[in-house]
Amino acid sequence: MISFTQVCKRYPGGIEALRDLSLHVGAGEMVLLTGRSGAGKSTVLKLIPAIELPSAGAVIVAGQNVASLRRAAVPFLRRRIGLVFQDHKLLFDRNAFENVLLPLAISGYSPRDAGRRVQAALDKVGLAERARAMPVALSGGEQQRLAIARAIAHRPALLVADEPTANLDPEYAHEIARLLESFRQVGVTVVVATHDAAVFADCGARRIVLERGAAAG
Amino acid sequence: MKAWFASHRAALARALRRFAQAPWSSLLAALVIGIALALPASGHLLLANLLPIAERVSARPEISLFLALGADKRDAAEIQARLGRTAGVSGWRFVSREETAKRMRTTEGLAEVLDSLPRNPFPDAFVIEPSTETEAGLGALRETLAAWPKVEHVQIDSAWVKRLAALVKLARAALLAAAGLLAAALVVVTFNTIRLQILGQREEIELARLLGATDGFIRRPFFYFGTLQGLAGGAVACGLVFAVVGFARAPLADLAGLYDPAFSLRTLEARDAVLVLAAAGALGWLGAWASVSRHLRGG
Ligand SMILES: Nc1ncnc2c1ncn2[C@@H]1O[C@H](COP(=O)(O)OP(=O)(O)O)[C@@H](O)[C@H]1O
Ligand SMILES: [Mg+2]
Repeated sequence: MISFTQVCKRYPGGIEALRDLSLHVGAGEMVLLTGRSGAGKSTVLKLIPAIELPSAGAVIVAGQNVASLRRAAVPFLRRRIGLVFQDHKLLFDRNAFENVLLPLAISGYSPRDAGRRVQAALDKVGLAERARAMPVALSGGEQQRLAIARAIAHRPALLVADEPTANLDPEYAHEIARLLESFRQVGVTVVVATHDAAVFADCGARRIVLERGAAAG
Repeated sequence: MKAWFASHRAALARALRRFAQAPWSSLLAALVIGIALALPASGHLLLANLLPIAERVSARPEISLFLALGADKRDAAEIQARLGRTAGVSGWRFVSREETAKRMRTTEGLAEVLDSLPRNPFPDAFVIEPSTETEAGLGALRETLAAWPKVEHVQIDSAWVKRLAALVKLARAALLAAAGLLAAALVVVTFNTIRLQILGQREEIELARLLGATDGFIRRPFFYFGTLQGLAGGAVACGLVFAVVGFARAPLADLAGLYDPAFSLRTLEARDAVLVLAAAGALGWLGAWASVSRHLRGG
């Protein structure tokens, strides 16, 4: 599903976030990307939907080399991936339903079909009753679940989540971990970056440890 | 094709929602655009109404025929008889030298001057109404008249015609310039509205890109918004022009009635309204396009 071959990423300013990183994630696999803050976890996740481009090496996602993708093809790559952002990027001027609706509108679902999928996604993350709630009215855990609902509403084969349990109480964190694992159980490839591997201990996930931009051990 | 249609419908819906979200500022912008468009449009209509009147006035050139000072009543009678036989003359009025002197006397200060002269300095004259209006026809008639005995001078009074034509030309140019300026203003107003919208939606636009939105998906609602705002402005303009023509109806009809009892006012017709709306929509689109190209470059 994902394969990095000798990937380097140098940010403007000369910071080398990734050095010669090679990794592989098979279809239907769940992978934990761990490592200290600044190790390059977010950078790896940003390379997958071409939010950032590698300075060297090949990033292959679902058979496509992301680095050599035409600009016009990038949106269609992103539509096949479910993204949960580190700062969850919810729109605070819309309710939960409308937040989840956005990626479906972007992908061109008919309003009726989209409405059904939004409801199903909210149901899946346990927010069916909060569809009309504004994000500010949701707890931290609920906001995170809303972000996950938005990522999976269009049923992508690949789910990528950056620090989905950060700033959550352990109880909520475990809930999120179980939720992410449930997607793996139905065949979705799941990649999670976290500095808190313990929370995901019983998820049956493979661990890749990053250390200063390279795979360790 | 169906998907394309659906995506446009969705974009239109999103543009309409943005209208509804800020009804007052949208209304205000439409009003500004409407007024800007109404000025040249009503000016054009007023001109279109005044022009036939002006043409009717100017279509009646007169020829003044002055007899020599030494001519007497018999000579005048001879000219009168000749006028009756001349093709191209549809009417005339004899203005005797006594009549002219009497009229001049009523002018302040001229009475003393006239009294100090040994005799009446004015000649007998005819004011002739030609049946032709062409320049060539008038020229030929003048040649003919000038060749008659005791005729001192023949003058075609066309200065008024030329002045009027120049005036109309000037009014047209001014109107065109005003229309150009105001069209530019409309583009600028739309440009700015869209700019503010883009700034207000930075976060949403950024997120939409991350979620796989194409450039078209992001830009389309702004195009629709600009076009819709232009159309709304165009509708306001049509209403305003209608009102202006309504106000001008009575005075115009009075003026026109002096020259043409069968005068009918040219109001805003469907064709004009469609033209105004189309122009407004196109200019709104242009403003939106400029703003989007300027403020939504790249990813
Ligand atoms: N946009 C950026 N510009 C410059 N440097 C960056 C940028 N994003 C990340 N970095 C740097 O790259 C390194 C790796 O960052 P990141 O991938 O966010 O690590 P992690 O997610 O593991 O904390 C850090 O040193 C960070 O400061
Ligand atoms: Mg990070």
